[in-house]
Amino acid sequence: MKKKVLTVDDSRTIRNMLLVTLNNAGFETIQAEDGVEGLEVLETSNPDVIVTDINMPRLDGFGFIEGVRRNEKFRAIPILVLTTESDAEKKNRARQAGATGWIVKPFDPTKLIDAIERVTA
Amino acid sequence: MDMNEIKEIFFQECEEQLAELESGLLKLNDGDRDPETVNAVFRAVHSIKGGAGAFGLDDLVSFAHVFETTLDCVRSNKLEPTQDVLKVMLKSADVLADLTNAARDGGSVDEARSRTLIRELEALAHGETHAAEPAAPKPVAAASKPAEPAPVVAKPDVNDEGFQPIPFSFGDFDDEPAAQYVPTCQIVFRPNRELYAKGNEAVLLLRDLSRLGEMSVYCDMDRLPPLDKMNPEEAYFSWKVSVTTDKGEDGVRSVFEFAEWDCELDVRTIEEEIVGDAADDDEPPMQAVPFDLSLLEDGPAAGGEEEPVASESDAAAAIAAADTASKVAQVASRAAENAKAAAAAATAAQANQASAAGQTIRVDLDRVDRLINLVGELVINQAMLSQSVVENDNNGVSSINMGLEELQQLTREIQDSVMAIRAQPVKPVFQRMARTVREIADITGKSVRLITEGENTEVDKTVIDKLAEPLTHMIRNAVDHGLEMPEKREALGKNPEGTVRLTAKHRSGRIVIELADDGAGINREKVRQKAIDNDLIAADANLSDEEIDNLIFHAGFSTADKVSDLSGRGVGMDVVKRSIQALGGRISISSKPGQGSVFTMSLPLTLAVLDGMVVTVAGQTLVVPLTAIVETLQPEASAIHSFGASQRLISIRNSFCPLVDVGRILNFRSTQANPMDGVALLVESEGGGQRALMVDAIQGQRQVVIKSLEANYTHVPGIAAATILGDGRVALILDVDAVVAASRGQPLRQDISLAATG
Repeated sequence: MKKKVLTVDDSRTIRNMLLVTLNNAGFETIQAEDGVEGLEVLETSNPDVIVTDINMPRLDGFGFIEGVRRNEKFRAIPILVLTTESDAEKKNRARQAGATGWIVKPFDPTKLIDAIERVTA
Repeated sequence: MDMNEIKEIFFQECEEQLAELESGLLKLNDGDRDPETVNAVFRAVHSIKGGAGAFGLDDLVSFAHVFETTLDCVRSNKLEPTQDVLKVMLKSADVLADLTNAARDGGSVDEARSRTLIRELEALAHGETHAAEPAAPKPVAAASKPAEPAPVVAKPDVNDEGFQPIPFSFGDFDDEPAAQYVPTCQIVFRPNRELYAKGNEAVLLLRDLSRLGEMSVYCDMDRLPPLDKMNPEEAYFSWKVSVTTDKGEDGVRSVFEFAEWDCELDVRTIEEEIVGDAADDDEPPMQAVPFDLSLLEDGPAAGGEEEPVASESDAAAAIAAADTASKVAQVASRAAENAKAAAAAATAAQANQASAAGQTIRVDLDRVDRLINLVGELVINQAMLSQSVVENDNNGVSSINMGLEELQQLTREIQDSVMAIRAQPVKPVFQRMARTVREIADITGKSVRLITEGENTEVDKTVIDKLAEPLTHMIRNAVDHGLEMPEKREALGKNPEGTVRLTAKHRSGRIVIELADDGAGINREKVRQKAIDNDLIAADANLSDEEIDNLIFHAGFSTADKVSDLSGRGVGMDVVKRSIQALGGRISISSKPGQGSVFTMSLPLTLAVLDGMVVTVAGQTLVVPLTAIVETLQPEASAIHSFGASQRLISIRNSFCPLVDVGRILNFRSTQANPMDGVALLVESEGGGQRALMVDAIQGQRQVVIKSLEANYTHVPGIAAATILGDGRVALILDVDAVVAASRGQPLRQDISLAATG
């Protein structure tokens, strides 16, 4: 069975890159444009893993992760955060919010798939 | 979709983000302190950086990074966004736009400028943050690390005893296989409950460890309480693992990269003999076992492994235990699931409603254009059909007529809807003008404030695209020639900061764009002298103020004594006028000495259709744009008055209005027509007051699809465009302004004659 990945990112560029990379790697991909939409989509899509950005309008990545972790149904789901190398502070906050792991930008398909494989069975 | 397409999307997105960036910065400049505005600005730069990084656009990334760092200081209230700070940021936004363009189209950027700005941005970020606290991202990272287990990447190559590993080459031991010396790592791994709460899995970590090399595992279940005392979410197990790997401690630690905060982890390298010693302690013996991945749920990773499945019971138990630990947590979480389901569904429904508003799709412009062309053909076709039915309908079959009327209405609605697709707010063009103003203000040393109004006024995309150039030029003129230097303004009792106001609004089916400055106004003496010097007018010509003002639209006219590199550029206001006219628009100026000038442009909302009055002139069918016509009237002999040699006036409600014989001006006939035989169309022309156009007869009023005459034939003076009528014949669309101008004694081929004299 194909693994389902939910990606949450407000940048159309990154969304498309995620989509192409994940589809090529044989994942089923669902996409949301910000944290609010991410939480909505989550309810109906039942993903195996979530990849989320931090800086987003309406609801940022931290808020989104906290939202997922508060959700009884999905709180055990692995969440990977797209972050930048330099920003250890953000990485920490994401971790405290409940992120499982992170993917360091700039976006690299190999790193992405690697990280997903690491947190999923 | 391939990478090139994504790159294309990236650049589109960049444009949007840049617009967002600029409008956000301008809002901040106007005193907006909404944190969401700052966030939006930050996000715009952040997004550009993120995408640029993915495409390896290093120049863009490094500039965006510095910019972002400074914006972050504003975001976290460490840097007050004063006017000076925003000035640097607005310039930075311009450079960011330049870098983006350079990345897309090639070409170069002003490197000195971007380097200067990088320095200024860094100074802003550091100047404010160093004094307060070491708040730049990097120092924080360094400071916070010692408190917690250091991340693998940052860990120096020093082990706990402070020894540095010495590079060691096996090259000298060729006779012995290097594999024998692969070191073994002993790992004690005790997860906390947080590890599971964050979605990490002990079993997956063990799986990753097993990929490093030959591994043996022992699961310590001593802390597992009896079932009735068990908390399903607690972490009770710990593992002792030894892996024979050439990846070293760092390699092992990197497996735990995501988990190291949420577990106790001890990694040490031991030599073969010591493994035995360790085993001699009172710890249980460890056996090297193949790691059985079949216990993991089906997945791509598990399927790919080639390891033997003959698992030893110890390992199986260890894995099973880990698996159970996480399964227990999952079961527990599912228990509460049902209770929340209803509430969740309600929230979702609510959220769906919210997101339904303002949905958009992106469509390729070509597709819309194709649709518009087809609808244009449909309109013509429908008109032809109506006409032929009317011509052949002798028995008055009303059902057909009714059907045709409905068809006509539908066609019209389809056309309006399609046109609406192309309608776009003028905002992007107006935003670009902000940059133009900044640049000229910088170069001229003037202080200028641009105020824009009606940015959301919509107009056809083609019009918008063609608007930028004339507008840019006019703004350059307004700042360069219109506004005075700050000192002079102050001496005149004006605000040293000049104001340029750019306004857009809809007025009777057209868009009117006004550009007003509060500068010195037109120096009529100078204009007049210049016109005389350039042989544009006779030295003794008697001109009204309005006529003098309008001289600046003549070819080759420039009021600046020397051609500055700004307004210069080889184009004058005549080019502006011509490009506005090419859009079917009009431009006029009104100026008050000492108070400034106002340029008013009136443009059609679309270049595709036009509501027109179909008239006959000397046997020819012409279309007069309905927007120009004020009223139509049947002249009476008593209302016609002769004036001068050949001019005639018509009196309308106690005022006189020049009568313009269209047939005469277009050279359709050589003698003047009798006004009593025709119809007068009262038109309002830009800046020229009212005129009565004489035509022979009115055929009717209809919407026509504009076909460019210039594209298909050549420019004809006095004619704006052509169209195809219901009977399939071509009709010319009258250029009212040109005809009115010609009636004032300026010949229709004014461009050519002026070029000859000037």
